Amino acid sequence: MSETKKITTPLTDDVIANLKTGERVEITGVIYTARDAAHKRLLEEYAETKKLPFDLEGQIIYYVGPSPAKPGQALGSAGPTTSYRMDAYTPDVLKLGLKGMIGKGPRSQEVKDAMVENKAVYFAAIGGAAAVISKSIKKAEVIAYEDLGPEAIRRLEVENFPCIVVTDAEGNDLYVTGPEKYAK
Amino acid sequence: MKEVHVDKIVDAVEALCMKAAYDLPKDVEDRIVACSKQEESEFGKYIFDQILENVHYARDNDYPICQDTGAAVFFIEVGQDVHITGGSLEDAINEGVRRGYTNGYLRKSMVLDPVFNRKNTGDNTPAIIHTFIVPGDKLKITILPKGGGSENMGKLAMLTPSAGLEGVKKFIVDAVKTAGGNPCPPVVVGVGIGGTMEKTTLLAKKALARKVGEPNPNPQYAQLEQELLEEINNTGVGPQGLGGRITALAVHIEYFPAHITGLPVAVNLNCHAARHAEVVL
Repeated sequence: MSETKKITTPLTDDVIANLKTGERVEITGVIYTARDAAHKRLLEEYAETKKLPFDLEGQIIYYVGPSPAKPGQALGSAGPTTSYRMDAYTPDVLKLGLKGMIGKGPRSQEVKDAMVENKAVYFAAIGGAAAVISKSIKKAEVIAYEDLGPEAIRRLEVENFPCIVVTDAEGNDLYVTGPEKYAK
Repeated sequence: MKEVHVDKIVDAVEALCMKAAYDLPKDVEDRIVACSKQEESEFGKYIFDQILENVHYARDNDYPICQDTGAAVFFIEVGQDVHITGGSLEDAINEGVRRGYTNGYLRKSMVLDPVFNRKNTGDNTPAIIHTFIVPGDKLKITILPKGGGSENMGKLAMLTPSAGLEGVKKFIVDAVKTAGGNPCPPVVVGVGIGGTMEKTTLLAKKALARKVGEPNPNPQYAQLEQELLEEINNTGVGPQGLGGRITALAVHIEYFPAHITGLPVAVNLNCHAARHAEVVL
């Protein structure tokens, strides 16, 4: 396992080119939350108005539906949700400038192809380690689709948010190579 | 005849929802610790460390172990000598869920209608309630908060008798392998075999309420559980699907006699945060 790399948002092409599958990273800066319901609405809104509730250029979307904050917390427990539910929307969102995604679980070939084409990277956070993960979230505010409750789009300020590069911008995929190494 | 007032049920369910969300039961934690010692992959070891740190941090601070605090699935055993007073059992369970998920800062994850109106109900109701009438004068309430990521990886096969033991094993191992990193491995594998379509899926769910790693009392099925666990761990899926020795913490099988034509098998997966809590009134 590699040393932990520290990166900041928004992501630049240089940073992305240096991120390789199997590296541990810590992210600091602003990231946005969105799950499938928010993706669907985001793309519908863009199709209608050609506008988005936030600028996607160089940004990271974290697939998460957090639990409510207790007094004294910025956000409640906030581990990743399963990413393949976003696969249907991801290629279109990448075309709009998205550069990073944080989730858990394998992506479709279409998504991986779109990531190579648009030079984007997919990070895994540890599913079910949600209380510990929320320690790295310093601020959270709902910026769109509040009626979706836990699925609303939130702007998060994170410090040293831990994750693993699973699919890099060249399409290498730890969900394929990792298990192959240990299969008997 | 023993009387149990619904207010008592509401209070018990409220407390149970929070306990299940914050405090991973000892049986699950012990099993995670034991399995972590067998893990060989670097990422696998790191993931086990993070999982255990999270379990302790959540328990010590009353934070949800996972943000997905689940659909509230209940198994309720009502002693036939129990008389519930003051209202309906189902309403009491739902009121307890409403209070537990609201007062406990748990995520509300239920939508009103699966197809036509996916609006959040706002209080995690309705609960999924399975009630059984049993001898005695006790009321036993078990909650199994069930996360969506692992639930979506469930599978049912209406196999026929010629599939045999090999067919059953192949179906179960394939289900876990195809699920990969999606259900948050290391998973607990709940299996139902036999009965009818709905019976076998319910058995699979019920298998997840068993203490983790406790074998089926029937030695043939206990042996099958061990064989399946080994085969599943040999897939290499590993913690979080990133490759490793430990894909499953345990395999639990529940079985039931079947029709002469059928050999139904259901697989219901639970994530490593295999939450469950129970209370007897």
